Amino acid sequence: MSNALIRVENVSFAHNGRSIFDNISLTIEQGKITAIMGPSGTGKTTLLRLLTGQLKPSSGHIYFDEQCINTLSQKELYKTRRKMGMLFQNGALFTHLTVYENVAFSLREHTQLSESMIRDVVLLKLEAVGLRGARGLYPHELSGGMARRVALARAIALDPMLILYDEPFTGQDPILMGILVKLIKELNDALELTSIIVSHDVPETASIADYLYVLAGGQVVGAGAPSRLVADNNPHVKQFMHGLPDGVVPFHFPAGDFMADLLSSEGEQY
Amino acid sequence: MGQKALETWVGFFILLAIAGLVMLAFQVSNLTRYQGKRTYDVTAQFDNIGDLKVRAPVTMAGVKVGQVASIALDPKNYRATVILRMDNTAHYIPNDSEASILTAGLLGANYISLTPGFADQFLKNGDVISETHSAIILEQMIGQLLFSVNKDKTAGSDSDNANKTPN
Amino acid sequence: MITFVQKVGRLGLSICTELGRASFFLSKSVWRKPRTGKKLHLLAHALFNSGVLSLPIIIVSALFIGMVVGLQGFNILNKFAVTSALGSMVALSVVRELGPVVTALLFAGRAGSALTAEIGLMKATEQLDAMEMMGVDPLGRIMLPRLLGGFISLPLLTIIFCAVAIYGGNLIGVQWLGVDAGAFWNNMQSSVDFRLDVMNGIIKSAVFGVVITWMAVYQGASAVPTAEGISHATTRTVVYSSLIVLGLDFVLTAMMMGGW
Repeated sequence: MSNALIRVENVSFAHNGRSIFDNISLTIEQGKITAIMGPSGTGKTTLLRLLTGQLKPSSGHIYFDEQCINTLSQKELYKTRRKMGMLFQNGALFTHLTVYENVAFSLREHTQLSESMIRDVVLLKLEAVGLRGARGLYPHELSGGMARRVALARAIALDPMLILYDEPFTGQDPILMGILVKLIKELNDALELTSIIVSHDVPETASIADYLYVLAGGQVVGAGAPSRLVADNNPHVKQFMHGLPDGVVPFHFPAGDFMADLLSSEGEQY
Repeated sequence: MGQKALETWVGFFILLAIAGLVMLAFQVSNLTRYQGKRTYDVTAQFDNIGDLKVRAPVTMAGVKVGQVASIALDPKNYRATVILRMDNTAHYIPNDSEASILTAGLLGANYISLTPGFADQFLKNGDVISETHSAIILEQMIGQLLFSVNKDKTAGSDSDNANKTPN
Repeated sequence: MITFVQKVGRLGLSICTELGRASFFLSKSVWRKPRTGKKLHLLAHALFNSGVLSLPIIIVSALFIGMVVGLQGFNILNKFAVTSALGSMVALSVVRELGPVVTALLFAGRAGSALTAEIGLMKATEQLDAMEMMGVDPLGRIMLPRLLGGFISLPLLTIIFCAVAIYGGNLIGVQWLGVDAGAFWNNMQSSVDFRLDVMNGIIKSAVFGVVITWMAVYQGASAVPTAEGISHATTRTVVYSSLIVLGLDFVLTAMMMGGW
């Protein structure tokens, strides 16, 4: 693995005394689409935040482009983040700016480009997501899918090395889902990006990902190409990949014996 | 709203505040008295200035012609030295005018009233008004009243008397 | 009894931590390398939001408060036949107390709550996270201009409030109740001192501006990122900043009266 862009080494993370990751390691390869999957509540988004340095691990190291993310100073971290783009779940567009200004935001903040060059770059990025015609609109005038595409255009404005997608397919209709899948794939290939997708939509993610990590219970339980994982026999992986309602991830939230609970006469207040 | 309109509004807001500050400085408070007008100072000594304060008005025939600039105790003769800052517009006041400390209304603040004299010379910067009348102190007045009513009684000086009931 | 003491202790501790966090937040936002020029339009935006948008409510309330003070003052002074002192009464009460305090309370309700809601919403919709991810520090890009805008706006609004309120008093006293205009303005001028009364009022409002804006921005930034959390934060901003303004007003007045 010589061309790894991100290396996560023996990382543990605990939040409010609750352990979320216990000594996990994984690598993200340059130029590939890597998906991090797992049931809700396994800390996929937390992992994303660890990768971007928004959270610091309790132990272990995370390297991005041979730089140790979790020991960087705030200033260096901000500098490093210019090489990353992130697509938030709901787009997280700046509501007080137009679509055009949203995409232009990081260009204006980090570059000294002239107004006409900014215009060219912004139109180019908007064209890539097919929303050049919507540049004068405000975020509240966009549909959810359009907002996500604008956010994507914004994320690639500075031509990052890495782009992270946080649940890009959640709550989208099939057409938009198709559009997003196509966009992610095309952008990755055309811009020679490295992409990380955090998702629990198995078929869509599996269709474009080169490599999959399945997380469960604070551990990496499965890793490999999508085709290999579908055939995996690990109970966690099997249940998740095939969407079985009950398995190692129990249907019930941990509770005492049901009969005993019903028969107990205590007037509990919740 | 465009950036231009926004900046115009902000500019309007700041100008409005500056106009307000100018109004507070020159129409509401007394900043004008120090800087706006040309003035000259005259001195007057009083036995007792009562409740006179710095910035109290100086009037002549009820018209304001200046204000009290400072009040100090003369260390030699133990009288109050009051500097009156007169407006230059009132430059025709005879230099033998008299100054008295009066009270506006029954409970109002003290002010200095000038009564014109008959000299041909006018007051000018640095002059001294020699003819002065002290403030009327209510307690002293009551004391004197009681003193004159009870002539046969021996009494101490002024205000102590006010507290004693005549019997 | 013990539990009561324990509760008081816990309350005290939580107030201290909160205060400490808020102070760190303020110092981290304000003490940074100034990058003027590029950021000036952000300040203009903040001044517009907290200053210009508060103008209508400030001007209208100032006019009415000036008129009410004029009316009440006239009735009281008329009993002692000293209606000529109406001008100084209106001006002193407005410039010393009503101006700074009422403007601060209205500002907390109008601009403070808007600031909290705006920043809380930005947090809830991950806009602040997105900004951080783009390598832009939200403390400098979002918080700092809003803090400065609030710091500047409130004293300016107070000055406008005082001027309008005094004209309101003039409107009632002179135009309607027939107090002599010369006596009204002259008495005012001789009793109001620019440094002791006007400047002290402006100093008060500057302090209030810092406290209210700080409170509003901090509450927004530390709001629980849900609809309920934002509404709680907005309420807290208005309630806390109003209480702090009234308390601080007493302290500041006492300090100023003590020959400060």
